[in-house]
Amino acid sequence: MSEKPKLAVFKFASCDGCQLSLLDCEDELLAVADAVEIAYFLEARTDQIAGPYDIGLIEGSVTTAHDAERIREIRQQCKFLVTIGACATSGGIQALKNWQDADEFVRSVYATPEYISTLSTSTAIADHVPVDFELRGCPINRHQLLELISSLLRGRRPTTPSYSVCIECKRRMTVCIAVARGVACLGPVTQAGCDALCPAFDRECFGCFGPKETPNVISLTNHYQQQGVDGDHLTRLTRSFNANAPEFKEASDLLSGEPPLADNGDH
Amino acid sequence: MPANRTFQVKALSRVEGEGALYVKLDGDRVEHVELNIYEPPRFFESFLRGREIREVPDITARICGICPVAYQMTSCYALENALGVRVTPEIHALRRLLYCGEWIESHSLHIHLLHAPDFLGFESGISMASEHGEAVERGLRLKKIGNQLLSLLGGRAIHPINVTVGGFYRAPNPRDLKGLLPDLEWGLEASVEVLRMVSQFEFPAFEMPYDHVCLRHLQEYPMNHGRVVSSSGLDIPAAEYEQHFQELHCRQSTALHSVKVPEETSYLVGPLSRINHCFEQLSPTARREAEACGISFPSNNNFHSIVARAIEVIDAFEEAIDLVRQYNGKLVESRIDWEPRAGEGFHVTEAPRGLIFHRYRIGDDGLIAEAKIVPPTSQNQGQIEDDLRAFVPTVLSCDDADATRRCEHMIRNYDPCISCATHFLKVEFDRGERP
Repeated sequence: MSEKPKLAVFKFASCDGCQLSLLDCEDELLAVADAVEIAYFLEARTDQIAGPYDIGLIEGSVTTAHDAERIREIRQQCKFLVTIGACATSGGIQALKNWQDADEFVRSVYATPEYISTLSTSTAIADHVPVDFELRGCPINRHQLLELISSLLRGRRPTTPSYSVCIECKRRMTVCIAVARGVACLGPVTQAGCDALCPAFDRECFGCFGPKETPNVISLTNHYQQQGVDGDHLTRLTRSFNANAPEFKEASDLLSGEPPLADNGDH
Repeated sequence: MPANRTFQVKALSRVEGEGALYVKLDGDRVEHVELNIYEPPRFFESFLRGREIREVPDITARICGICPVAYQMTSCYALENALGVRVTPEIHALRRLLYCGEWIESHSLHIHLLHAPDFLGFESGISMASEHGEAVERGLRLKKIGNQLLSLLGGRAIHPINVTVGGFYRAPNPRDLKGLLPDLEWGLEASVEVLRMVSQFEFPAFEMPYDHVCLRHLQEYPMNHGRVVSSSGLDIPAAEYEQHFQELHCRQSTALHSVKVPEETSYLVGPLSRINHCFEQLSPTARREAEACGISFPSNNNFHSIVARAIEVIDAFEEAIDLVRQYNGKLVESRIDWEPRAGEGFHVTEAPRGLIFHRYRIGDDGLIAEAKIVPPTSQNQGQIEDDLRAFVPTVLSCDDADATRRCEHMIRNYDPCISCATHFLKVEFDRGERP
């Protein structure tokens, strides 16, 4: 290859944690910078090289009209567009506002609400433009990020697991906290990728990586309810960092009996 | 040079989050300075309402991927205050060790990848590596050790999962922690080298009459505990924070901007303020090296903040070594049990970027009824604008590109975290007609 492929990192509504994962590849960062041109990455460099780009990494969700327009422009600039993390992939924790009155939200935080322009929803990037690949997690797993970059450099599709956190628990030989202790755990319906971190630390999975392929979330929450777990607790459990992921949303709406107030961008 | 000039930076780089700067000049007079924080708001305080107490540190961590521990620590202590829970000295010690990990990781990132390039004339840490490869690699290894500490205690470096109200879900394995000692000892020596490097940088002679605000604790360098003190003579407990500091909402910002009341003046939080107030509490090596580094403290030049960060990295490594050596894993319990109950609690800690305040009210249903979070960058925002008003006249002889670059450098003294402050940066310079 005569010219290095160009990588760009774009931010929408988010905490910066997923793009930080690239800088957290301390051992590999300089090698990555050698293999690809990190052409656009505001958090890491001042000189920003114009597109088009070979790989576009998108962090964050769409919460303003301006951002809804910006993602369309970015899509045109990027050959391979990848969403990184729960915000970009499902709308993130800020999608909780989809269930509430956005005006009321603004009024409760800001003294002069008319200075704030925000959409009533927080939506996934894929609700606005076609996405070529998604990296799950809140935050993403940096090993998956490196796998993504290296596989794209080799011209193959990245491989990330689509099975559940349970498989990782078994592999780690963690005793199942749902079975042994009756704790409501989202592991059975959550996509692997964190190495089943939370159960290994004696606590429930709370779904950072979003729904796994073909999950049956409602069957799981029904089971927990039969075991005596409070329905409101289950609503909150399924309504957190991936609240707007369709399978989690369906379960939390059924549990709470209240669908979101605003149009969730589910088209 | 035209009579009217504007400088603008539409998207500030090497900062966390999104903002812009706009400066309008009428001749040599700075007519208008605006730090525009256009990062979209995320409304954390609103959606914390109705959540369970135990969910709070998991949710507030998501305010910032660079300093999640600051949010988690402040949330936990504030909620424990509301619940009347007192954690054991062993849990305090592990929390301090966790915070050391975050200070090391966050400061090392800022020193090497975000701020040093300004002093050495590069546009990024990565391009700086072409000429200063050893320094950048050393910085990355320091950062990595901070992250390893976070992973051992918190489960992972970004958004740790092992922190909870009452303590930790699981106590760390002493063997794993002690296994990190050789790296921590290397880190202590390497961070002394970093201080020697950054204290040789050329610093613009730019002093401001800062009102430095931070926590101070007589027995330790402030992280999780202390009283709020200021250069103007304040010395108050965390619970009185809101009587002395208030947030205002400005048109150009999705961040709220704090002022000291009743005078409504700006103030400075962060590493320079901490070093100025708490020099005596630095660890022995940090204090010895700080005295020998050639920069004298107290300092009112915030370009020295990179030196202050380097001193704090030494302190954090030395403290981490002590804490790891003392840890024997014989925690009677990794967390204190508690029952939900109605009440209100406050707490203040020191995030890498400065003071952070949280207040929570728990309702009769045991759920969060109200939350208030004041991050460091929104407290510094007014001061950044005051600095710019004083700094811009010193760069008027520079061309627009150079003047803009110097202003961005000055803003990076603050290590602004815009993602945090949004509830929170663009640089724009206007020397005439606004485009």
